Amino acid sequence: MTAVPADSASQGLRILKRPKAETGLWSWVTTTDHKKIGVMYFLATMFFFVVAGIEALLLRVQLAVPDNNFLSPDLYNQLYTMHGVTMVFFVGIPLGAAFFNYIMPLQIGARDVAFPRLNAFSFWVFVAAGVFMYSGVLLNGLPNGGWFNYAPLSTTVGPDPSGYTLGGGSAELASQVHMGRMLLYSVGLQIAGIATLAAAVNFIVTILNMRAPGMTLMRMPIFVWMTLIVAFLLLFALPVIGIALWQLLFDVRFGAGFFNPSVGGDPMLWEHMFWLFGHPEVYILILPAFGIISEIIPTFSRKPIFGYTAMVFAGIAIGFLGWGVWAHHMFATGMGPVANTAFGLTTMTIAVPTGVKIFNWIGTMWGGKLRLTTPMLFAIGTVAMFTIGGLSGVTHAVVPTNYQQTDSYYVVAHFHYVLFGGLVFGAIGGFYYWYPKVTGRLMNETLGKINFWTLIVGFNLTFGLMHFLGLWGMPRRIDTYASGFGWDTLNLIITVGAFIIAGSILLLVINMAVSVRRGKLAGDDPWDARTLEWMTSSPPKHYNFREIPQISARDELWHRKHAVTEDGAYIRVPAGGAGLVVDHDHESDIHMPDPSFYPALSAVGMPIMGWALFTSGAAMIVMLAVGSIITVGSLFAWAFEPSAEEGH
Amino acid sequence: MADTASSSAGGTPAAVTTAEASREVHSTSLGLSNEKLAMWTLLGSECLFFGALISAYLVYYGRYNGLPEISPALFDIPFTSVSTFVLLMSSLGMVLALAAIQRGDDRDFRIWILATAMMGTVFLSGQIYEFTVFVNEGMRLDTSPFAASFYVLTGFHGIHVTVGVLMLITLWSRSMTGNLTSEHSDVVENIGLYWHFVDIVWIVIFTAIYLIPYEQARL
Repeated sequence: MTAVPADSASQGLRILKRPKAETGLWSWVTTTDHKKIGVMYFLATMFFFVVAGIEALLLRVQLAVPDNNFLSPDLYNQLYTMHGVTMVFFVGIPLGAAFFNYIMPLQIGARDVAFPRLNAFSFWVFVAAGVFMYSGVLLNGLPNGGWFNYAPLSTTVGPDPSGYTLGGGSAELASQVHMGRMLLYSVGLQIAGIATLAAAVNFIVTILNMRAPGMTLMRMPIFVWMTLIVAFLLLFALPVIGIALWQLLFDVRFGAGFFNPSVGGDPMLWEHMFWLFGHPEVYILILPAFGIISEIIPTFSRKPIFGYTAMVFAGIAIGFLGWGVWAHHMFATGMGPVANTAFGLTTMTIAVPTGVKIFNWIGTMWGGKLRLTTPMLFAIGTVAMFTIGGLSGVTHAVVPTNYQQTDSYYVVAHFHYVLFGGLVFGAIGGFYYWYPKVTGRLMNETLGKINFWTLIVGFNLTFGLMHFLGLWGMPRRIDTYASGFGWDTLNLIITVGAFIIAGSILLLVINMAVSVRRGKLAGDDPWDARTLEWMTSSPPKHYNFREIPQISARDELWHRKHAVTEDGAYIRVPAGGAGLVVDHDHESDIHMPDPSFYPALSAVGMPIMGWALFTSGAAMIVMLAVGSIITVGSLFAWAFEPSAEEGH
Repeated sequence: MADTASSSAGGTPAAVTTAEASREVHSTSLGLSNEKLAMWTLLGSECLFFGALISAYLVYYGRYNGLPEISPALFDIPFTSVSTFVLLMSSLGMVLALAAIQRGDDRDFRIWILATAMMGTVFLSGQIYEFTVFVNEGMRLDTSPFAASFYVLTGFHGIHVTVGVLMLITLWSRSMTGNLTSEHSDVVENIGLYWHFVDIVWIVIFTAIYLIPYEQARL
């Protein structure tokens, strides 16, 4: 919160020079441009997506045939844990951040986010968290308690107190290995949480405070509304898991016993705090996709979104109700009939605003002039697949049925339909939709359609069949199974399906990589779209808009492209209608925040402090000191560095 | 740790056209500075951090792991009341410091901002003394869930006070070198918001940890 004039800051407090590079590696490391940060978020997310995808493929190879020993039980546990942790914390959340970063400021007519350096800080801290989390491959192995990491599996007791597997017979070695893995989980996710919390504050301030003139809240695109709701969910959900992780850290490193029943701790407290974060987290993951397809569907239906107000309030309702349903993850823990009934009812209630959204998307398409481009196919796929996942979700709300489904593959099928079918399909739709804005070139449509159809086949083959597998009794999280339960054929088909998904994702990556240079030139507005980001050039200049647009309507761009005739009909005005002429001259007098070394540097100290906990005594204190000097020192230097140089 | 107003709406301190220049006057949509809005947003989040910790403390209230002597009976209410009083008075110091810098009185500002930082430091010293006494009496992190939740909650608050004291001392030193004048009073105001929050949340913690068990023991 330290605003200091440039002249005073240049007096000796400048440790590092202002970075000058405008291209090359350093320009990316030091950038404060929301678009570059958005692209980096996207690339990092794709990297983690591929890593977690490979983990899933390894799991599926292990499960393809009964009594398989392709993976050891310990490795299997690590891989399924890291698949979940990576997909949720290092793909789902930052993928939202990638879209928010790039698209949201453009859609509200802003030049950047409210705090550009804090934005860079969020990204680099997220990268640091990923590095820390995966540093386990060089240490004692990766976390192995599931992404939910229930106590007492996670605490001092551990899964292997006698050292049978982890310690090769030595209980002491086993507890060392176990502690290391749990430290990676608790500290790694806390670092990731710092990144996300900073981003949430940044997005909230940006949306509330930096809208273009005339952009009232109810004129904001639905995508911006969903960003705002997600940011508020993050703001309130992350502290809850943050404290639970903090307590877990004290349990495993300092023997505190928060979740250790043998000293009076309560494992249920972890479950409650985890899911009090964990259920809003589900909406944190899905609402960005809802926002994306709410932009795609109107564009390719040539209609405004049906029931804008209902869409907004349904989103807000999901945001509120999402806080009252967490214990439906815990029906089988013995909370008693009253709690179970109450949470069952709230869970059914939350299907109502979600249903409103689904009907509004259908209402938008109904009677529209549909163009079945690749983004539109993915958007329709999202609606269809999410609806299946939503319906199986309602079956979980029925407590007696839930007792049968819990911990079976039915649950795995359900949440992959909402998260893969919802989030991933929606996000890929978003990639195809906004790729021309980001790169200036269109992705290949033929490849895109092959991508969509192979993905939808592979996806349904994989996760559709898991419904049956679950109802036929196959439990989750087992590393192998005996033949003769009737699960063999389905498991083999599911593994084939998983490889079809992998092939389809490979097509997506190839399409993106090739289209950067070879794609058809897009122009400013290739889709004949409705929102502000299509008013500026593709890719946008670093200042986004030459002049900040004056907003007079929802779907501002569409209104600028059309005029009302005497009898009230809308007709298209010729190209270059009012406000569409983009003047690219005189850009040098628009002042933008300068790049800075400090956001990236401050992230470097955090994993060092995390690794300190693996040691003890003097080594720990030295590492903690080094880490905190780097981080706190960078933050101080940052506070005294003006966001932009004078006379620049 | 936020960026200056030059990145606010429109992003341009030296506006290009007169139309934009007139817009710059009302540079944010809500008419509230980005920094202040960010601070309020952050404090909203902090409520849940402390809420989660206080809830955990209340859940573990009475779980002494077979050591009933390591309980709130150890607490020295008069001692902690004094350090609580000092912390609450530091909010008054913060208010006076802000008022001083807003009217351009640098001398008074330095006196009060340093007094506020000192009162924060007195509170922290009291906390370190209290922790030392408790550890000597056998109350350690691994003694019981009660002990662990006491240390983690009050320690988390102590970290917040430490961060606050660091920021206050930084403000003081910036003022001493002439780099902080009345035109930056919004910086002081935002740090003040944080400081008041840390004080107010201590009222809740003090009540939950010290006063409620005392009242129960008396009855």
